[in-house]
Amino acid sequence: MSVVEKPPRVDALPSPPSVIAQRRRARLRAMLGSEYLLYAASIAGMIVLWHVVSTTFFKPQFFPSPAVVFTAAVEMLRSRELFEHIGISLQRILTGFVLGSAFAAPMGLLMGSIRKVRVIFDPYTQFFRFVPSIAWLTPVVLWFGIGEVSKVLIIIYTTTFIVLINTMVGVANIPPNKLRAAASLGATPVKAFFHVTLPATLPFILTGMRLAMGNSFATVVAAEMIAADTGLGYLIFNSRLWMATDKIFIGIVCLGALGLITDRFFRYLIVRFAHQYGPIE
Amino acid sequence: MRLTSPDFLVARDVGFGYPAKGRATPPAVLAGFDLAMTEGELFCLLGPSGCGKTTVLNLLAGFLTPTGGTLTLDGRPIAGPGVDRAVVFQSDDSLFGWLRSIDNVAFGPRMAGVPRDRRNAVAREYLKLVHLDGQEDKYPGELSGGMKQRVQIARVLANDPKILLMDEPFGALDAQTRTRLQDELVDIWGKTRKTIFFITHDIAEAVLLADRIGVMTQGPAARLREIIPVTLARPRRRGSPGFGEMWERINALIEDDAATESLT
Ligand SMILES: Nc1ncnc2c1ncn2[C@@H]1O[C@H](COP(=O)(O)OP(=O)(O)O)[C@@H](O)[C@H]1O
Ligand SMILES: [Mg+2]
Repeated sequence: MSVVEKPPRVDALPSPPSVIAQRRRARLRAMLGSEYLLYAASIAGMIVLWHVVSTTFFKPQFFPSPAVVFTAAVEMLRSRELFEHIGISLQRILTGFVLGSAFAAPMGLLMGSIRKVRVIFDPYTQFFRFVPSIAWLTPVVLWFGIGEVSKVLIIIYTTTFIVLINTMVGVANIPPNKLRAAASLGATPVKAFFHVTLPATLPFILTGMRLAMGNSFATVVAAEMIAADTGLGYLIFNSRLWMATDKIFIGIVCLGALGLITDRFFRYLIVRFAHQYGPIE
Repeated sequence: MRLTSPDFLVARDVGFGYPAKGRATPPAVLAGFDLAMTEGELFCLLGPSGCGKTTVLNLLAGFLTPTGGTLTLDGRPIAGPGVDRAVVFQSDDSLFGWLRSIDNVAFGPRMAGVPRDRRNAVAREYLKLVHLDGQEDKYPGELSGGMKQRVQIARVLANDPKILLMDEPFGALDAQTRTRLQDELVDIWGKTRKTIFFITHDIAEAVLLADRIGVMTQGPAARLREIIPVTLARPRRRGSPGFGEMWERINALIEDDAATESLT
């Protein structure tokens, strides 16, 4: 790059929308496609390592090899039992995650933007975020029963504080000059909230949601271990009673794979629809 | 000929201090600050770093409220930010990173409820004025430092303010880009006839741009020490006749101030 700014090009016409969309798709493809091979190789390597370690150092009942787990998984898939566990866990996670985020993001924006709201709700935030969701499991089951509501509430709780705090951090990180510029350009406080605070905070909200997704997985497993008769957490915990280690590993692999897939999907959505709001690491 | 109404922008006996912990009366950053700007002029506020220039701008913009004195624009007291005063900030973090440059420039008209077609036309026009035609669809993150400052200038012009408040807008640019933008600013000023309040700590920049230069004292409790009219013909160059003398004169004034300062 030269030090001197290039003179503006006279032939630089504005790009038509089709070209922009094309460019954006190409960028997207490059981002997602170029490292696919490496990604696949990395996964394959992991499976090979698992095979070598499990067959060399462990009895199958203690650490089943990928082949053993795979065979058991095929069996469980055929009986549709595995689908049921995956489906119900995923449903609990997503419901809680979506509802929790839908509550926490606006709340975090309000708390971040309006001092009085922050002062009122800060004690609750700082108190409850140190109480892990699992600590609430028994009271919640006593109050709301053993059904789905309890599990979803627990995940909402988990999601809320992570998204809320990230959102507040996002609001606090808005450069004051952005809001000042907006005010000078005629934005009322309400307009500045929607046109500056919200978009400027979006990367923080999305990051909070990605973190919360991880915690939702952890929470659902714990909840299902203690109070459920379906779901991956139940599968893992129940298999322990029969020393069915192959099934435990099916549960573990499913959780990891589901997490990875949901996170990839989430990142895809961010790149596709929110790339201009900020870099996603 | 410029239409001149004297006392377009007026600061009278303005004082300001940032609130400090455990002090009833905060230490004064500005005290007895007087200024009267004429409509249409390009006024440069010159002073060393930390003397209070940005604070003056923040008061004029309405981001801060003076602890004493009065501020008026076109006869009306300044109370809070308003569309009659537009700010070009020193750093580019005031741009909206999620908006394309055309939408950044159209932001003011959008806030005013101007329909999309009209505000885009306005934005295009001002992007062209700052030589950014062809860059409409780029996001600020895709532009160079000089281009970003151009977007800032287009953004304030598109809002048609009474006065432009500019805080060392070219301070962070490389020398060549800075020189270009200085020339372009004078050009834009000639075309738009806007009143411009321009902050700088660079004597040469002030001499190059200004109708009048307001030299600040060093502070704390800073005020305007002297106002120096610059009568050099335009366009000006660093080598123009009289440029060096003007530079020397202002430099002597500032050094004198520093000397007095160290004596006390
Ligand atoms: N937000 C602030 N809070 C407290 N002190 C400040 C703040 N901004 C500036 N100051 C102080 O006020 C003085 C003037 O600062 P400023 O107006 O930024 O100077 P300049 O723009 O001339 O470099 C400096 O001593 C600086 O430390
Ligand atoms: Mg400054």
